[in-house]
Amino acid sequence: MKHLAILAALLAPVPALADIDPSNWDAVTTEAEGQTVFWNAWGGSTTTNDFIAWVGERVMADYGVTLEHVKLTDTADAVTRVLSEKQAGEDDDGAIDMIWINGANFAAMKDADLLFGPYAEQLPNWAFVDVEGKTVQTDFTVPTEGYESPWAMAQVVFIHDTADLAEPLGSMQAIADWSAANPGRFTYPQPPDFLGTTFLKQALVDLLDDPSVLSEPATDDTYNAVTATLWAFLDDLTPTLWREGRAYPATGPAQLQLIADGEVDLAISFSPGEATAAIANNQLPPTARTFVLDKGTIGNASFVAVPYNSGSKAGAMVVANFLMSPEAQIRAQNPEILGYGTVLDMDALSADDRAAFDTLELGVATLSPAELGAVQAEPHPSWMTRIADDWMQRYGVSE
Amino acid sequence: MHLTRRRFLPVLPVLTLLAMLGPVAAGLWGTLLPAFGHLPAAGLTGPSLDPFRDLFDWGGLPRAVMLSLSTGLLATSISLAIVVLVTAGWSGTRPFRALERLLSPLLSVPHAAAAFGLAFLIAPSGWLSRVISPGLTGWDRPPDILILQDTWGLTMTAGLIVKEVPFLLLITLAALGQADARRSVSIAQALGYGRLTGWLKTVFPRVYAQIRPPVYVVLAYSMSVVDVAVILGPNTPPPLSVQIVKLMSDPDLTMRLEAAAAALVQLGLVIGALIFWRLGEVIVARLGWHCIAKGTRGRFDRVVAQTALLGGGASALVVLLGLVVLVIWSFAGFWGFPDAFPDAFTLRNWMRFGPGTLDALGETALIASIVALAALVLTIGCLEAEYRYGLSFSQRAVWLLYFPLLIPQTAFLPGLQTLMLNAGVDIGRLPVMLAHLVFVLPYVFLSLADPFRAWDTRMGTIATALRASPDGVLWRIRLPMLLRPILTALAVGFAVSVGQYLPTLLIGGGRVATLTTEAVALASGGDRRAIAVYGLMQTGAALVPFALALLVPALVWRNRRELRHG
Repeated sequence: MKHLAILAALLAPVPALADIDPSNWDAVTTEAEGQTVFWNAWGGSTTTNDFIAWVGERVMADYGVTLEHVKLTDTADAVTRVLSEKQAGEDDDGAIDMIWINGANFAAMKDADLLFGPYAEQLPNWAFVDVEGKTVQTDFTVPTEGYESPWAMAQVVFIHDTADLAEPLGSMQAIADWSAANPGRFTYPQPPDFLGTTFLKQALVDLLDDPSVLSEPATDDTYNAVTATLWAFLDDLTPTLWREGRAYPATGPAQLQLIADGEVDLAISFSPGEATAAIANNQLPPTARTFVLDKGTIGNASFVAVPYNSGSKAGAMVVANFLMSPEAQIRAQNPEILGYGTVLDMDALSADDRAAFDTLELGVATLSPAELGAVQAEPHPSWMTRIADDWMQRYGVSE
Repeated sequence: MHLTRRRFLPVLPVLTLLAMLGPVAAGLWGTLLPAFGHLPAAGLTGPSLDPFRDLFDWGGLPRAVMLSLSTGLLATSISLAIVVLVTAGWSGTRPFRALERLLSPLLSVPHAAAAFGLAFLIAPSGWLSRVISPGLTGWDRPPDILILQDTWGLTMTAGLIVKEVPFLLLITLAALGQADARRSVSIAQALGYGRLTGWLKTVFPRVYAQIRPPVYVVLAYSMSVVDVAVILGPNTPPPLSVQIVKLMSDPDLTMRLEAAAAALVQLGLVIGALIFWRLGEVIVARLGWHCIAKGTRGRFDRVVAQTALLGGGASALVVLLGLVVLVIWSFAGFWGFPDAFPDAFTLRNWMRFGPGTLDALGETALIASIVALAALVLTIGCLEAEYRYGLSFSQRAVWLLYFPLLIPQTAFLPGLQTLMLNAGVDIGRLPVMLAHLVFVLPYVFLSLADPFRAWDTRMGTIATALRASPDGVLWRIRLPMLLRPILTALAVGFAVSVGQYLPTLLIGGGRVATLTTEAVALASGGDRRAIAVYGLMQTGAALVPFALALLVPALVWRNRRELRHG
């Protein structure tokens, strides 16, 4: 038996041997001290950037880990880099130690064996995570299997300036009708920006009588049949958009500036608390509010994953663990700071922490969990990729 | 010691050429291979024409190509026309001197910051619209018109013009010194020619012969610029250069093949446009001969000169007003349309973004100072070698200096990144510095060469007679006397490095965050307050060294009147 074990150890790939065991937390924190973690995270939202900077201060104070935020415009950039490093044979100390990730990017990296793990469910703070009530173990229908750890829950809401658009709109069709009656007052981020593709998915989910087909990978048959509805909808909507669809805001937060400037009255957001935080930062008028569609809206979790070739895996796990801590989650949910939904299970928390969550006010423009209503599932990642590509062919080169 | 030093000096010109041309040549090579389907890192071996086939399948290509050509040719011809006509009509007058004085600050404002300022000014909800609304316009909400990101790239062209006018004006002023302009114009005027027509017919041919290389640089740059295009340019589809950067960052490595193919197309476009421009020169020269022979004295001089001054003044004003509006946004509380000013002024934005800008400032300053110093050492080495060994730079060698600036960045930087990837070279600060050096060296050289050569060599002869060695002459006489031009050259190098976007982004692999990359990354988020803070910090980083270059010589030489303006 003993010989077999040695043989097995010898046969295992070398990097795996060098990797640290996530379940030995003391060893992880010891090794993490002094490490620098390059966290590649979308840098388009200044409130999120502030939060990440705060995380950096905290992990430095508690664990001696230096956190560097590499601000991405597109998470796909990070996937590219890890992939090219693998192809170039850089297997030990790649440029990226941690990625804010979900959906198609996670599926691609997991498929290509570019991720370290499983580690997520061995982290100490995993004990607080709401495994039952929140979709933290599947990501756009793909099982996470411990290769990424959750840190925020998100759900689609629509931000409207009540000074110009007083009443919520209950469906995608209602939005299109309103836009037709008020041309130039609505737009959405330009796909392949993730919020732009989210708008397309949300439209698809809301327009279909039975969206269950979306949970399976798209085939040519289902894709053509299902998306015909979407393209018809967009063909009607596009001429009524801001700038007649000849230009689009680059990202979600760019829509906030457009609302503040009075250019548009309605914007999609993937963060129920974003509007409140933006009002506090003077980025939105105090009259901004949010609503969801009658049939509910798409929701998902944000995760962090560690590339297989990170040179600071211990440090990255310390950060990932800290992100799931009650302290970080309370701050993230604070509507004045970030307003992200927590991934934690209130019943698993200590009385003090639970009280801290309870005392958080929702914020002036944030809907309560009850008002947020039904969460609709994300379609399988294959839908998003194809829809984004087709959108670019149809509307991205229109002029 | 003497031996080694004597051997080291002649090596410097070779080293300089290598630093400037090596990365360009390597990068073009690295672009060529994947463009024909050869990318071992992705397990692909060529040759194949598939990358070009994929590129030509992209529906946005015709317009992307058109945008690249139209912005380049328009921006170059309009800014050249403004500069030539303003100089022709006004040089030596008071309005001209005012423009001259604005030159240095205008030059040092980075392209990205100027573009942000322009965007904040002329957007339908921009400052200009706010100031006149609703009073003059009746707008209580901004009109739904496509100004920023316009389909034809006109706003982007305007953003380039306001930055190229000061550059071309500086170059023209330098050339003017050697063109004996004043006497020519006096004679022409004595023969009854208008001031502007006289200048155009007598001085312009001589000046243009000298400013031709920088004009070509402006053309190549305007056709392939990325940061200004990201901020002001259209996106449905984007100009070719932006599409190349997008393809480069696609998670699918095979997209790099298409990116390389597009980079070659971009190179071809620039070469084509340069040939087109050259033909245009021939035609303009023919017409010019005809015009000179006809002997018209210039009836419309006054109107043309005033229009040109308006253009020049407006382009300077736009940059300055843009900076003002950046300052206002950086202190703005809520600022809705159509208020001319924010509801409240607050320090909150600076408190939020200030600390982040300091990190980026540190990185920016570190890279810029090392690169500028390296460029300065190489430049002085070249010039001193030229002086000691009596080498002389031919006109052809001058073109060599401009060569790296004529190759579009989007053509060779992606190739350089792919090469580094294949070779497994670590990305990071050092490669970024080497990439910056390619762009910084020519400017430092051009800035220092004339003052260095103009130094009165009799000083050296006297010092040698007093038994100073050649090194002693250099270190103790020549360099101290040239303190001001040396510091100016350093400041130029610093500012050029600060403004580099694409080399930092592509070669740094996202790990090297300078003020410029951070500011352009923020552009997509549209948070005007954050953009304003970063844009101002970026401008400051470029501007402060210029101020020091003025201040330090004045302090050091406070008791040496003749050296103060050396």
